[in-house]
Amino acid sequence: MRFVVNTWFAERLADHGIHSRFLEDHHPVHMPCLEIRRLDWAQAAELARRMEMRLVAVWAAEAGLHDASPTGSASPANELPLYAYMAFAHPEHRHALLRTELNPDEPAVHSISDHFIAACRMERSMQDMFGITMTNIPDPRPWLKHEHWPLAVQPLRRDFAANEPMPSDAARLHIDYPYVQSPSAGVYEIPVGPVHAGIIEPGHFRFLAVGEQVLNMEARLGYVHKGIERAMQGRTATDGVKLAGRVSGDSTVAHAWAFSQACEYAAQKPPPLRASFIRGVLCERERMANHIGDIGAVCNDAAFIFMHAQMQRLREDMARLHATIFGHRLLMNLVIPGGVSRDIDAADLDALFAQTRNIAAEVEQLRAIYADHPSIQERVIGSGVVSVQDALDIGLLGYAGRASGNYPDERIEEAYPPYDSLKIRVAQGHMGDVATRVWVRFEEIADSARLIGDLLEGLPSGDIANPWKAPEAGVSGFAAIEGWRGEIAAWVRFGEGGLVDRYFVRDPSVINWLGLELAVRDVPVPDFPLNNKSFNCSYAGNDL
Amino acid sequence: MLGILRTIFRTGCKPEQLAESNQLEASDQRLEAAIRKRFNGSLAIRQVDAGSCNGCELEIHASNNCYYDLERFGCHFVASPRHADMLLVTGPVTRNMATALQMTFDAMPAPKLVVAVGDCAANCGVFGKDNYAIAGTVSDIIPVDITVHGCPPTPTDIIRGILKAIEP
Repeated sequence: MRFVVNTWFAERLADHGIHSRFLEDHHPVHMPCLEIRRLDWAQAAELARRMEMRLVAVWAAEAGLHDASPTGSASPANELPLYAYMAFAHPEHRHALLRTELNPDEPAVHSISDHFIAACRMERSMQDMFGITMTNIPDPRPWLKHEHWPLAVQPLRRDFAANEPMPSDAARLHIDYPYVQSPSAGVYEIPVGPVHAGIIEPGHFRFLAVGEQVLNMEARLGYVHKGIERAMQGRTATDGVKLAGRVSGDSTVAHAWAFSQACEYAAQKPPPLRASFIRGVLCERERMANHIGDIGAVCNDAAFIFMHAQMQRLREDMARLHATIFGHRLLMNLVIPGGVSRDIDAADLDALFAQTRNIAAEVEQLRAIYADHPSIQERVIGSGVVSVQDALDIGLLGYAGRASGNYPDERIEEAYPPYDSLKIRVAQGHMGDVATRVWVRFEEIADSARLIGDLLEGLPSGDIANPWKAPEAGVSGFAAIEGWRGEIAAWVRFGEGGLVDRYFVRDPSVINWLGLELAVRDVPVPDFPLNNKSFNCSYAGNDL
Repeated sequence: MLGILRTIFRTGCKPEQLAESNQLEASDQRLEAAIRKRFNGSLAIRQVDAGSCNGCELEIHASNNCYYDLERFGCHFVASPRHADMLLVTGPVTRNMATALQMTFDAMPAPKLVVAVGDCAANCGVFGKDNYAIAGTVSDIIPVDITVHGCPPTPTDIIRGILKAIEP
């Protein structure tokens, strides 16, 4: 592809005496993958922090069978190395991935949570899924592996029988998760979930409260862990994208796009420009629909039903047009590796254009009512503040980050097509409360509507998809897509026969859940739903 | 306040007649009559996500919006299984949710109607049944009365499923 190799991070590493090796079988080269020594792992993370880089993700992968002894002598699978990966992003110098090799018998690597607190839950997942010991991890509790799981299982290791039922360990059925507790007599606990009161996904929240105020809230997730990473292994990219599009059903376009783009980078064959533009339209429509629905839901949680009814009406109007034009109300199954599966004709284009403009105009009218309504403003202003420094420390993404002075936006940082030809206006808030998060969402609805107009006007002619051809075994690709919740990072490695050998995806919720936990400190318990909706993190995207 | 009134007036009355389907003539009157007859005019529904991707939840939400307006027939979503006549379950049942789903079902009073919503609830969908993290379909865990297919099913399909479950 046309990109030049991004050597910026390799040079910085070298300046600090960390030797790195550029991996040829990773693409794209502007988001390179560098191999470093295991001893340098934590130091490299510390350096990234000093260089004001943002942690994107930490994950692990077993070496593929193609990595087995090149002489052909079949090396037993359990002697293949295990790799740990981490990815960082710099606002100007894009993404860089680091990889290090672990001993497969006793895999261990130093935790980087001291430098990036958001790494902790991802490292806990690595412990659960691979049995990797994270040395010095500040919180070693299991994360996805709930108490009833047999202790020894490591679902992402090759020798684990993933296609068979995993019976619970009878001896562990009555063990409780060690929640953070308070020794003070004045503090009481409120357990909530996993089955919540509304129509939402399952998860457990444990509040420590004093009177009405929340002292601490701890989220316990993993209830909807569906083994997606493992289920992806052995699928073709065309089949796998259906699964990727259901990592989080409300964010199906962005997740399918991230998976497809990682595949396309690996195969070094970009989609036709027309396909990129249609993807852009779909992604921005998805952003609008979800923001509209969530603003209504925030208002609903503050008993402002009028706004909820109006917003759900607009959302339904969008879903109906999607069903007419694209055949799916939530836009599933449209983004595929190589392009998109449905084209739009002139009549569709006019309908999309007109509806987008009308809905944006209606939202502006409703916004005036929202802004002019003291009883809702009273609830949202100043509630659930995440400070700029806290947001920076955890690397808050998407609208939650943009409400707290952090403005990473992959449409600008990575500028993948079609956004390389567009000017994105990023809302820049810094108050970090519910009102600012709602404000950012209103701004994004308006900007997405403008972008959809630009994309439809500039829609190039041509094919909507290239035939998909998988790369050779061992080749990996990485993509970062700005979904409506924020940056979705996906890493895909191919194995023999063009089948996906390892798929890792980091939904923005993995990081933003931490933001919610910080936000609800010192808010009254009844304001929790309001805050929860203003973040609207995905449970499914976190649990995989 | 005037702005609100103006918008309400301009928007007008949105609820629609339920669309006719090819399998079943779901008419508003039949749903309302069944709820009046069997549930004294009020059907309490509890929704449980047992592992869904959140797609089905969006469509269940949509069945409450002003176009479908499920509440006009006497259906309402309740916060506790103790108040519920019917359980709407979505998603393949994950290993980590199987106990919670069973406990929710046990907490319900009779008649304990269960509607499994979506392809995942029916047959584990794209996630597959041969998966260590999935305990099975909804009917593997609790008795199911009606299954609604679709990925995700449309709000109309969901409402039709509810009707099917309560009609004798």
